[in-house]
Amino acid sequence: MSTEEIKKKVLNSYNECKSDSLNEDDILLNTLHSLQKEFDGYIPLEAAEMLSELMDKPTSRINEVLTFYTMLSTKQRGKYIIRVCKSLPCHVANGEKVIEQLKKRLNIDFGKTTEDGLFTLEQSSCLGLCGVSPVMLINSEAYGNLTPEKVNKIIDEITEKERGVSK
Amino acid sequence: MPTVENTILICAGGACISAGEKSVKNELEDALKEYALNEVVQVVETGCMGSCDLGPIAVIYPEGVFYQKLNAKAARKIVEEHLLKGRVVKEYLFKGDTGEIKEKPQEEMPFFTEQVKIATRNLGVVDPLSVEEFIAQDGFFSLHKALKEMSPEDIIDELKKSEIRGRGGAGFPTGLKWELTRMNKDNPKYVICNADEGDPGAFMDRAILEGDPFNIVEAMTIAGYTIGAKKGFIYIRAEYPLAIERFSNALEESRKMGFLGDNILNTGFNFDIEIRIGAGAFVCGEETALINSVEGKRGIPEVKPPFPAEKGLWDKPTLNNNVETYANIPMIIRNGGEWFAQYGVEGSRGTKVFALAGKIKNTGLVEVPMGITLKKLIYEIGGGVPNGKKIKAVQTGGPSGGCVPEHLLDTPITYDNMKELGTIIGSGGIIVMDEDDCMVDVAKFFLDFTVEESCGKCTPCREGTPKMLEILEQITSGEGTEEDLEILKVLGQHIMENSLCGLGQTAPQPVVSTMRYFWDEYLAHVSEKRCPAKRCKSLFRVVIDENKCVGCTACARVCPVDAITGNPREVHEIDPELCTRCGSCLEVCRFDAISKVSP
Repeated sequence: MSTEEIKKKVLNSYNECKSDSLNEDDILLNTLHSLQKEFDGYIPLEAAEMLSELMDKPTSRINEVLTFYTMLSTKQRGKYIIRVCKSLPCHVANGEKVIEQLKKRLNIDFGKTTEDGLFTLEQSSCLGLCGVSPVMLINSEAYGNLTPEKVNKIIDEITEKERGVSK
Repeated sequence: MPTVENTILICAGGACISAGEKSVKNELEDALKEYALNEVVQVVETGCMGSCDLGPIAVIYPEGVFYQKLNAKAARKIVEEHLLKGRVVKEYLFKGDTGEIKEKPQEEMPFFTEQVKIATRNLGVVDPLSVEEFIAQDGFFSLHKALKEMSPEDIIDELKKSEIRGRGGAGFPTGLKWELTRMNKDNPKYVICNADEGDPGAFMDRAILEGDPFNIVEAMTIAGYTIGAKKGFIYIRAEYPLAIERFSNALEESRKMGFLGDNILNTGFNFDIEIRIGAGAFVCGEETALINSVEGKRGIPEVKPPFPAEKGLWDKPTLNNNVETYANIPMIIRNGGEWFAQYGVEGSRGTKVFALAGKIKNTGLVEVPMGITLKKLIYEIGGGVPNGKKIKAVQTGGPSGGCVPEHLLDTPITYDNMKELGTIIGSGGIIVMDEDDCMVDVAKFFLDFTVEESCGKCTPCREGTPKMLEILEQITSGEGTEEDLEILKVLGQHIMENSLCGLGQTAPQPVVSTMRYFWDEYLAHVSEKRCPAKRCKSLFRVVIDENKCVGCTACARVCPVDAITGNPREVHEIDPELCTRCGSCLEVCRFDAISKVSP
């Protein structure tokens, strides 16, 4: 991506968030969310630097916020971000096996992205879907009552869909 | 225009969606169109109906027939049989414990009949996207009453009479909080709704925002009028995309109808609400951290006092309540504080929404009068533990709470009783654990959570909790000593006394509480290197009983690490060195020949 393109995206996000807010300061988190969407799941360092210029704040101020929150990323992530719930209700419902299966099936650990750039595996705090635990979120879609078999099926379906797209 | 003869309410709560609600709804609509019923049968997506384990759920009115565990095939059948021919489709009806079919479990099952719905009254009843449906349930009636007939002091009076206390965890009297914020002369003031529901196992706030978002808009606006604020913020965690979407819609619709914005209901009162989205930091549920996050900073807590009522958002007086607390407000305004206080018991008035999860038959959300016993909540309403297992303990209050052992389940749930038992009601998450769950493992689990979520500002929490976790890891891997248990106690005490915010001050609570009630289990881990629940992988082995094994090879085939060997029709053996204790073989053995042994 060229610098111009990055600049355009940053400006877009910034202006969009600025227009619906009352205070300069509090738009930062919203802008970062919006930026992350623009860049498909992460915020490149260059974009953070440009934002710091636009907001007239030191880059460190942007970065301290950017790195504090687990759902914001400075590293490029996969097209599908899998957030598997790691909290107690899922744990007592055999969530551990689901996590093992995810790692095995994707052949990656937490925080890593598959080689084809399709999936990033992350652990999440409670997703609030404890009634159907174990649960995971793929981008913003939730999947409940998971079993290792179901995990395989879901991953297969997405992989197949993506193959169809690339053909 | 033909009149609508049937309405199908389909639960579009997060849990039902994750169980396949969309395909059910689409198939219903397709089939209705095919049979030209789409003008006389209306399909309405509602918020959470509560019984998540039965999802996807649909209820057909006017009969009130309750269908459960639906899929696309079922949806078609319901249209073809129930709606076209008037025959109830038995296979998707609710089945009781003994297999008896119940057409209308909502009218018979304690899970439904024991509930008193105040905060969740519209969940599963209205279309959360429709302001008209909300109004049809007397929505915005209380706002009208508050603005036109009541002074801010009247409102505070009613809240005080209702004796409602904060439902987010700390249990501070809501009326007093509103009064303190109102009395502050500084300007401008702000209203905040804390929707950063983070306690593992609690999901009532998500369900309320997804199922009845207008209720929160109404309540926050009443709060604005009462304390004298023109601006409100709702801080929703990013893990709840659906709640964010539905609440945004509610804001837009409310503005269009004149319930939000300038000159609300022609009274000259102006108030508006903005959404702020979290980004995955548990500590932001703490009010001062939340305020920092709304301001666009790192979500780091501050020393209290000053409390937000004095210096909150941008150092201005700020009223902060959680979602469930707000959800009760319109009903208190409409029916009066005394009406609310008729429910519950001394010190804990009104109702509380509990989220049932873990080893319990009926998972989901229930709203019941406070003062109900844990036993009733779990056995009668929750249906007890599945698979005939025994309850070992119930975890309440998430990572700030503790465990209540089986023999104390008779305790009525009140703020004070829970405190005495060494736990808290917290936000109302109830996680049931059975004999297969190890209490040391549970404590370790929560510590793991706090270590990850500690913001790092104060030393006791930042340095102390990882140390506690390290010791717990040693204990669960068979390397702990009795001395370690003492260190855990001392360290826990120190962290509780010296941490800056609520997160740190309560972080050791799961350890303290499990030690209090399950000391034997801790001792077994360190002295005998034994895990009584056979959950800690280093402390048990998986063995095959040579008298029972028939050599069917099922276990050998399923073993992911090839640790099981043996010829067909001969006794098999497990190599303990290779075995990862995954338990796959236990599940496939049909001869009950494989078991866990500890030590």
